[in-house]
Amino acid sequence: GQRGGVGNMAAPGGRSGAAEWGGFEDNVQGGGSAVIDMENMDDTSGSSFEDMGEMHQRMKEEEEEEAEGEAGAAEEEEDGEFLGVKGLRGQLGRQVADQMWQAGKRQASRAFSLYANIDILRPYFDVEPVQVRTRLLESMIPVKMINFPQKIAGELYGPLMLVFTLVAILLHGMKTSDTIIREGTLMGTAIGTCFGYWLGVSSFLYFLAYLCNAQITLVQMLSLLGYGLFGHCITLFVTYNIHFHSLFYIFWLGVGGLSTLRMVAVLLSRTVGHTQRLILCGTLAALHMLFLLYLHFAYHKVVEGILDTLEGPNMPPFQRVARDIPVVSNVVLNTTAKSVALTL
Amino acid sequence: FAGLADVSISEDIPVEGEITVPVGSRSPDEDYSTLDEPVKDTILRDLKAVGKKFVHVMYPKKSSALLRDWDLWGPLVLCVSLALMLQGGSADSKDDGGPQFAEVFVIIWFGAVVITLNSKLLGGTISFFQSLCVLGYCVLPLTVAMLVCRLVLLAGSGTISFIIRLIVVAAMFGWSTLASTAFLADSQPPNRKALVVYPISLFYFVISWMILTFTPQ
Repeated sequence: GQRGGVGNMAAPGGRSGAAEWGGFEDNVQGGGSAVIDMENMDDTSGSSFEDMGEMHQRMKEEEEEEAEGEAGAAEEEEDGEFLGVKGLRGQLGRQVADQMWQAGKRQASRAFSLYANIDILRPYFDVEPVQVRTRLLESMIPVKMINFPQKIAGELYGPLMLVFTLVAILLHGMKTSDTIIREGTLMGTAIGTCFGYWLGVSSFLYFLAYLCNAQITLVQMLSLLGYGLFGHCITLFVTYNIHFHSLFYIFWLGVGGLSTLRMVAVLLSRTVGHTQRLILCGTLAALHMLFLLYLHFAYHKVVEGILDTLEGPNMPPFQRVARDIPVVSNVVLNTTAKSVALTL
Repeated sequence: FAGLADVSISEDIPVEGEITVPVGSRSPDEDYSTLDEPVKDTILRDLKAVGKKFVHVMYPKKSSALLRDWDLWGPLVLCVSLALMLQGGSADSKDDGGPQFAEVFVIIWFGAVVITLNSKLLGGTISFFQSLCVLGYCVLPLTVAMLVCRLVLLAGSGTISFIIRLIVVAAMFGWSTLASTAFLADSQPPNRKALVVYPISLFYFVISWMILTFTPQ
């Protein structure tokens, strides 16, 4: 016999929900009796919903009993008795509540397995360390062939690690320049800035790419921009420690420019049409370079440094009194950089 | 088609077998009986478990005790004490740039969650809470470093104290990273260990950085 559970619409025949929803069949009152047992009618003033758990428990127990070899007919008789005892009105309400319970449970478990399933992201983390290293190095090398669509690996491990590294470097920079954050914390600002840039600019560029008919998916865009942050990491790591403004500009143009060129070249290879290429790549280049500029200057106390770097190459480096790092390490680093600059 | 779906057992074959589930180390009876013991016993037992795990962290051998009976008491105690000690390393009076209690707390737990998710996504066989447990317990060397730094700073805050603090914090950072990779890296496929070790070292590096740059006011 078929053992569809109560409310299970899919099970054909037998005790399916559709059959029970009819409600006035023989199995309702058990044993084919045409007389409603009024004295056992239960006036359930409470929520039928609450009885659902109990009902399900009984259903489960009955199913377990059946699994041990009892015939299906016996179960139906028991059920009929059970339902007859609770009475007709309460039983209808229970059926409705039960349908809702089942539907709600199905939907919730479906939603949960869809969104909270970590396995959705698993394919994007399927990388080897060698591949990550190769991609990091490649992110600084602009490709020459822009007539053929370049391959972009849709991987999220490298970009995620780069964003976190950038957060760590930013924290270091903020601490050494004693940035005072009024609303919020240092850590929150650093995380918000880096993740906001990565996710926000990626989405914006994906939207632009959609408008400009470029062939790129969101994951690929995230991956491309994430690897482009490698140049930012290097630049900021060097220039937060050696406070040399002309050095920063060299790194900004050189390292930042290289990574931007690479991203631009890849996007160019995937876009057709001059106007579209101009819009997309121009936006990307502008945002990427400006972000590096912003990261350097916003978390760095710039007082008279700009004027100093404009004056000449034989300038003494801009001495900054970092509060947390003692003067020793700063002076050592700055004199080293100065001597290197002087010998060049 | 109905025949394919018919999985019922035919009536003439007797169904037999064991219904009881093989129990693990903790049967339900044992759990119920621990309700009756005095509170002191429970607390002492938990403290002993935590203490044993501390010892495992300080001398990281390849034992699975840390992984098997995970608990989050130790990480909580360490996190709270570290955050308390890092409190008040602030800049000028009104707006402090030093880490607040909540910041350290959030960094440690958020960082541990991210590393756990990362190691699971990379194909790790360890469970979520086991990984959190290991990462939390391996903050112990850094807490010790924080204590030492505070004591050194009591003596003075010149160049020598900075060098001492740098050496101590660097050593403890290495110890933490080694201890946690000894437990966590085994659960990964062998060629991907580096991918898991990097976020862990970054995490402990950030904490070490907060400890090193702490100056009391």
